[in-house]
Amino acid sequence: MIEIGIQTAAYLFASILFILSLGGLSSQESAKRGVFYGIIGMVIAILATVLGQGVEGHIYIIVAIAIAALIGTLVARKVEMTSMPQLVAILHSFVGLAAVLVGYGSYLDVHSQSITGTEHTIHLVEVFVGVFIGAITFTGSIIAWGKLDGKVMSKPLLYPGRHVVNVVLLIACFVLGYLYTVAPGLDGMLYLYIMTAIASFIGIMLVMAIGGADMPVVVSMLNSYSGWAAAAAGFMLGNDLLIVTGALVGSSGAILSIIMCKAMNRSFISVILGGFGAVTSGVAQEMEGEVTSLNHEAVAELLKEAKSVVIVPGYGMAVAKAQYPIFDMVQNLRKEGKEVKFAIHPVAGRLPGHMNVLLAEANVPYDIVMEMDEINPDLPNTDVVMVIGANDVVNPGAQDDPASPIYGMPVIEAWKAKTVIVMKRSMAVGYAGVENPLFYKPNTEMLYGDAKDSVEKIMGFLKA
Amino acid sequence: MDMKVGIPSEINPNELRVAATPKTVLRLIKQGFKVFVQHNAGVKANFSDKSFEEAGATIVPSATDIYTNSNIVLKVLGPTHEEVDMMNENLVLLSYLWPAQNPELLQKLADKNVNAVAMDAIPRISRAQKMDVLSSMANIAGYRSVIEGANYYGKFLNGQITAAGKVDPAKILVIGAGVAGLAAIGAANSLGAIVRAFDTRKEVAEQIESMGASFLTVEIEEDGATASGYSKVMSQEFIDAEMKLFLEQAKEVDIIITTAQIPGREAPKLILDYHVAAMKPGSVIIDLAASSGGNCALTKDGEIYTTENGVTILGKLSQLPNQASQLYGNNLCHLLDDMGKAENFKIDMEDDVVSRAMVTYDGKINWPPKPLPVSPQKPVVAPVEVEDPKITAAKNAKKDAVGMLVKLCVIGALLLVLGQFAPAEFMQHFTVFVLSIFIGWQVIWNVSHSLHTPLMAVTNAISGIIIVGGLLQTTSDLSSPMTILAFVAILVASINIVGGFLVTHRMLKMFKK
Repeated sequence: MIEIGIQTAAYLFASILFILSLGGLSSQESAKRGVFYGIIGMVIAILATVLGQGVEGHIYIIVAIAIAALIGTLVARKVEMTSMPQLVAILHSFVGLAAVLVGYGSYLDVHSQSITGTEHTIHLVEVFVGVFIGAITFTGSIIAWGKLDGKVMSKPLLYPGRHVVNVVLLIACFVLGYLYTVAPGLDGMLYLYIMTAIASFIGIMLVMAIGGADMPVVVSMLNSYSGWAAAAAGFMLGNDLLIVTGALVGSSGAILSIIMCKAMNRSFISVILGGFGAVTSGVAQEMEGEVTSLNHEAVAELLKEAKSVVIVPGYGMAVAKAQYPIFDMVQNLRKEGKEVKFAIHPVAGRLPGHMNVLLAEANVPYDIVMEMDEINPDLPNTDVVMVIGANDVVNPGAQDDPASPIYGMPVIEAWKAKTVIVMKRSMAVGYAGVENPLFYKPNTEMLYGDAKDSVEKIMGFLKA
Repeated sequence: MDMKVGIPSEINPNELRVAATPKTVLRLIKQGFKVFVQHNAGVKANFSDKSFEEAGATIVPSATDIYTNSNIVLKVLGPTHEEVDMMNENLVLLSYLWPAQNPELLQKLADKNVNAVAMDAIPRISRAQKMDVLSSMANIAGYRSVIEGANYYGKFLNGQITAAGKVDPAKILVIGAGVAGLAAIGAANSLGAIVRAFDTRKEVAEQIESMGASFLTVEIEEDGATASGYSKVMSQEFIDAEMKLFLEQAKEVDIIITTAQIPGREAPKLILDYHVAAMKPGSVIIDLAASSGGNCALTKDGEIYTTENGVTILGKLSQLPNQASQLYGNNLCHLLDDMGKAENFKIDMEDDVVSRAMVTYDGKINWPPKPLPVSPQKPVVAPVEVEDPKITAAKNAKKDAVGMLVKLCVIGALLLVLGQFAPAEFMQHFTVFVLSIFIGWQVIWNVSHSLHTPLMAVTNAISGIIIVGGLLQTTSDLSSPMTILAFVAILVASINIVGGFLVTHRMLKMFKK
């Protein structure tokens, strides 16, 4: 049993460690240390709570943690890097679920029923809000997981009048909230149940309405929600550690959402309200020029002659698992003294930073992986740009075609290079459903086929 | 009917090129043409009759055979009057013509009912780049100017530091950054010289710098760019400043390469006698505009000589006839390709490229054509919309400041209201909450973009801190609903903690330099 003062000090220390943990991610070198800080912080926080006053049933706690540790370890070991988005989404749903459970628990707690007056009302509101956010996070994340995993269709589900329905549901929640706070004793439980059901429904519809291309924003947004859910739990339990951590995670997710939205030139609100990828009714620009294609041997010849090569990977590369043969090829080219770099668009992949992780997994050194803003000024002096499984992020229409739905979105200016090789399965459009004028440019050559296959064939010719 | 293409020898003794090479003959035959080449037409460019025959051409003994039998004649230089006399009616002629300088020749061609395409009048639009002989020839001239200039200069171009002492790099000034100028800059730069370049068009500064030269400019705001892609004639004030700049440069540089030409006019005189006088002995001037009057006042067209103060002025360059013929021939093939090859050969006066370059058609002179803007021009923005960025920034800052003040007042008022009703304990937690958001905001913006996925995983792990809620709610009575709820909460939160940290660690391990 430790004193309240000691416990508070331990919580403060844990908070500091969490902040350092996030701060550590500012660079690759300090990031590993950051994780270590996070783990220590978590251990201190749990020990300080368990050893504190008023905690009973240690045996159940140990059993629960033991089971969870086993599951967590298995999942973390097994998960494929391409399925990281799914893992992140499902972990968000767990936080949401925990927030709902803690909310209900707090409502049932005899201690909290003993308080009265304004404090009681505030506590009830905190529980209500916590459960509301938790439920939205829970169901929303499950749908996000389903969409990322291909279990739920990635096309946005849009029905007429959905905004009205959402507003009506929100109002209903307010009314329920009022009824619940004025209900004596535990009579408010029913209202809490109904509200949970409504919030769960809102969570489902919120994510269902969002198209596949916007998933990075949704995952970031749910990341933020899971933080706010934790913070709300902190308020209802009067626990500062939860509040601090929740606020950190909440603002982290919010910032990621902002970065993603900027990268797609979309307003946050319109992403949340959904509909991207479905309404591309703008007057499509007439495509001028011809699409020309090359075979693998010709591409290998081009690469042999090039002095500088930039590779623009997209999610297509990840799907084909082409990052390994690509890195083989890159090493081969670098050995011959060519300058090879990777260019990553902020929204490439299904998660912020997803491409970086995939390339890192294939041992690509991070100092040749460039961000869009770093690489764009170099592209006019680049001999060959290879676009592998990316589409919208290299669409020149975003800069010069005001009718394009993605007009204004910052893009990697691949077309400025001397030659562009686009590796694609077919001429199909990308997630945004927009034709890509890049394919029709005279300096663009297409190479059709599976990315992994193609790269391996090119390697064959390079070695020959 | 077979479409016959004929290639005569060039009569001008200084012209070493030929309008077709064995390779382009092959292409022409593929396009469906029958090809006739005059005996020894390619000799000066190192193409033997035999090589033409092997490619599928028929060798004919005289020019008359070519002009009387062919439907299309490919030539390099414009025809002399004698050559025109030999031509059939309705013959299509593709060659250099310089229509602006040669009105009588045009008249003669028109009288003879020859449909003549001036290859030098192909408009400089993107689609026609593959037929643009001026560009393809200018590229060769630019490269050659450096090589031959270096030869007459007779010193190192690159700087060296050797055991025997230091050698300074040569300084080269290139005037006019068109295709020839840029090619010269590129060649000079790769030989190690210090290269400077001047052009009246501000838009080419970037191209000059990308080729490795520094852009020289005068302190007068005037842009020489025109819609045609060539430069315009500048104001007197500008020219004075330009002359002053050239004088300073002349004292300093070792080689001057001039490439300034204005279509249809005499080349502007940029290097005057006093500039030449100011140059060091041993310096070299290469005047690529020699044939149209020269950029240097002392240039003698077709001659190379040294002035009294030891400056060598080159008024001619070797044409690299072999490769030049190849490129010129390719340009011609592209044009014929565009005109429908042999089978569908047609003079389409609706076509922008053909109608502009076709200087005589159907017995009439079709020159000058209506202007066609080609330079990559930004749309002209109304001056009102263009604000000085500094003023705009200042205005925005002011707006921002006012906006911020309003926001702060609103936030302050809301906090006051909250403080009125909420209990002290809540306010205390609220303080912690708001300050944490600020910390989070500051910390997360510093996170490297490439680490956003690990960031999400680690925030997943630490949001598992909600386990504390479960821990506080567990009781020793397993049948109580509160304990069951808490048990599940602890379970899922712990999965988050363990899974999140482990997977973050796994990802970060992969990031290697």
